[in-house]
Amino acid sequence: MSDHSMPAQVPDARGYYGEYGGRFVPETLMPALDELTESFQSALADPDFMGRYEHLQATYVGRPTPITYAAQLSKTLGGAQIYLKREDLAHTGAHKINNALGQALLAERMGKRRVIAETGAGQHGVASATAAALLGLDCHVYMGSVDIARQRPNVFRMKLLGAEVIPVESGSKTLKDAINEAIRDWVANVEDTFYLLGSALGPHPYPLIVRTFQSVIGIEARQQMLDEVGQLPDVCIACVGGGSNAIGLFHAFRDDDAVDLIGVEAGGLGIPSGEHAARFADPNLGRPGVLHGTRSFVLQDADGQIRETHSVSAGLDYASVGPEHAYLRDMERAFYTTATDEEALAAFQTLCRQEGIIPALESSHAVAEAIKRAPTMPKDAIILVNLSGRGDKDLDTVIHEIGEDA
Amino acid sequence: MNEPVTTLQGTAALAAMFEGAKAHDRAAFLPYFPIGYPTYDDSLAAIEAMAAEGVDGFEIGIPFSDPLADGPTIQAATQVALENGITVRRCLEAVRTLRARGVRQPMLLMGYLNPILAYGVEAYVRDAHAAGADGLIVPDLPPEEAAQVKSACEKVGLALVFLLAPTSTEARIKLVTAQATGFVYLVSVMGTTGARDHLPETLPGFVARVRAQTDKPLVLGFGIGRPEQARQAGELVDGFIVGSALVREGAHGAEAVRALAASLRRALD
Ligand SMILES: Cc1ncc(COP(=O)(O)O)c(C=O)c1O
Repeated sequence: MSDHSMPAQVPDARGYYGEYGGRFVPETLMPALDELTESFQSALADPDFMGRYEHLQATYVGRPTPITYAAQLSKTLGGAQIYLKREDLAHTGAHKINNALGQALLAERMGKRRVIAETGAGQHGVASATAAALLGLDCHVYMGSVDIARQRPNVFRMKLLGAEVIPVESGSKTLKDAINEAIRDWVANVEDTFYLLGSALGPHPYPLIVRTFQSVIGIEARQQMLDEVGQLPDVCIACVGGGSNAIGLFHAFRDDDAVDLIGVEAGGLGIPSGEHAARFADPNLGRPGVLHGTRSFVLQDADGQIRETHSVSAGLDYASVGPEHAYLRDMERAFYTTATDEEALAAFQTLCRQEGIIPALESSHAVAEAIKRAPTMPKDAIILVNLSGRGDKDLDTVIHEIGEDA
Repeated sequence: MNEPVTTLQGTAALAAMFEGAKAHDRAAFLPYFPIGYPTYDDSLAAIEAMAAEGVDGFEIGIPFSDPLADGPTIQAATQVALENGITVRRCLEAVRTLRARGVRQPMLLMGYLNPILAYGVEAYVRDAHAAGADGLIVPDLPPEEAAQVKSACEKVGLALVFLLAPTSTEARIKLVTAQATGFVYLVSVMGTTGARDHLPETLPGFVARVRAQTDKPLVLGFGIGRPEQARQAGELVDGFIVGSALVREGAHGAEAVRALAASLRRALD
């Protein structure tokens, strides 16, 4: 019996997770979303399609990714034992490839040779460019010019992989604006273009598609915990930008009531400063609203204009959050907290020194929460952290923040 | 000469507008203009000047930070409006002021959903009606998601216009034409708003597909900016909307907007 009054299936047929989700897009895209929903469902039911996806995950992406016991870190903190799900070891260096590969295969199946994507940290752009190169698709990536400046290695990587990177100069010049431009491109070119959306957000069926392709993270991790550690974790922790790595981890544990699910948003310069991307943590700015085709928690001013956000990590720097997270939060099935820029940077350095792993700044937010929590827990408790990506892409930012002498 | 002051509002006012245009054997011309561009006062002056030229109705633009159905011209203009401190409240006040200054043509508020949700759907519809607006166009609100807005509009008789696009399937054409009140907005091109050199060749086919399913007035928008396009549109449908081309003139002042609106209006005679 479950303590949580969780319906067996979200989303419903209209793409709703409780009161969140749906489809709020210009009419031009509505038929394309219907077509995408049908194609996705038929692909899922097609053993050849799923077989090809799983084969590439094994032989190209390098799955399953391991779980690593963070022995020194756990010992230093003196509380719970910390395990890391190593999505940083997936090809291209982050979990984003799970979804990019799945959607690129879907594009190919639908006969769409042109794919477009948005990117914040550049990881989804790199993953999309990679999947497109593998399948011979034509790839265009929208990226805010602020993000281009702070994620230079990934910009070059995308170009090497044959993608065109299109700088976005509107609004805050970050992820939100890149999504606006990608949607505008899709509206103009919907007949021959597949929009390869990078997180668990946007209009239905995207949150479902992204969850489906990312759920491999939790499915593997859950089994690995049982096989290698002999028990489930007490707590699962993941950072939440749009929410794809978090939902990918959480989904397999949704019915394990004893497992706490913790999402970590970007606390930026602190909630009182207003300079953050914490949709759930700031009651003044974060309220239900509609952005980019879905109803969810959105950082906005009193007039409903979308707020500009701040985070040291480009991948968490976004004003809205995937609708399923808003739902899990309402249901109290998952809990959401924040880590500031400073806490994330400290966690970044701690993991480098103690475990020899350079984490992405996004993932460092999840590590920061584990560092806060572990000492308060008994030694036989277990924390599983989703290490969503590796930090090579962030070195410029980190040098800028902490100096060359680390 | 005292013209009788019309007391019609909402869907009734729009119906009268289409009848009036039809009586002169022409399509209705509805300019779009955003409140607050290049300044609040200038935008009101531009709308008043167009009203004096005998345009048939207005789409009053409400600025939003993330206008994803709009091209560069309207994006830039509405961004300026936001920098000028324009809010939804200020836009409603603009409608009230325009009515007080004698603008009688129907006015539809064109704005994205999130500011409406932030204002409160019921309050927004009530205040829009009280200010003298006749209908709403919400580009990111398809009929499937519109139950609450629709019932609020029905209560006070405001029109709620839905859009169709060249990609719309027969099933969607049926749904949208059944749900729309006031008129059905046909997006003429694949893409965002913005003036184009030519109307697409597929346009007559698209209009015919919609016409086969409804008697409601059809209004064409996106990409129209020149007198010959206005004439062309006028032969196909019951009305047309011009946005970006007028907004571009807005940078040069109300007189420039008036001049373009006048030439578009004359193209219909
Ligand atoms: C390594 C990494 N982790 C996390 C994220 C945040 O995205 P999401 O919340 O969808 O997992 C990103 C986004 O770019 C990323 O690159």
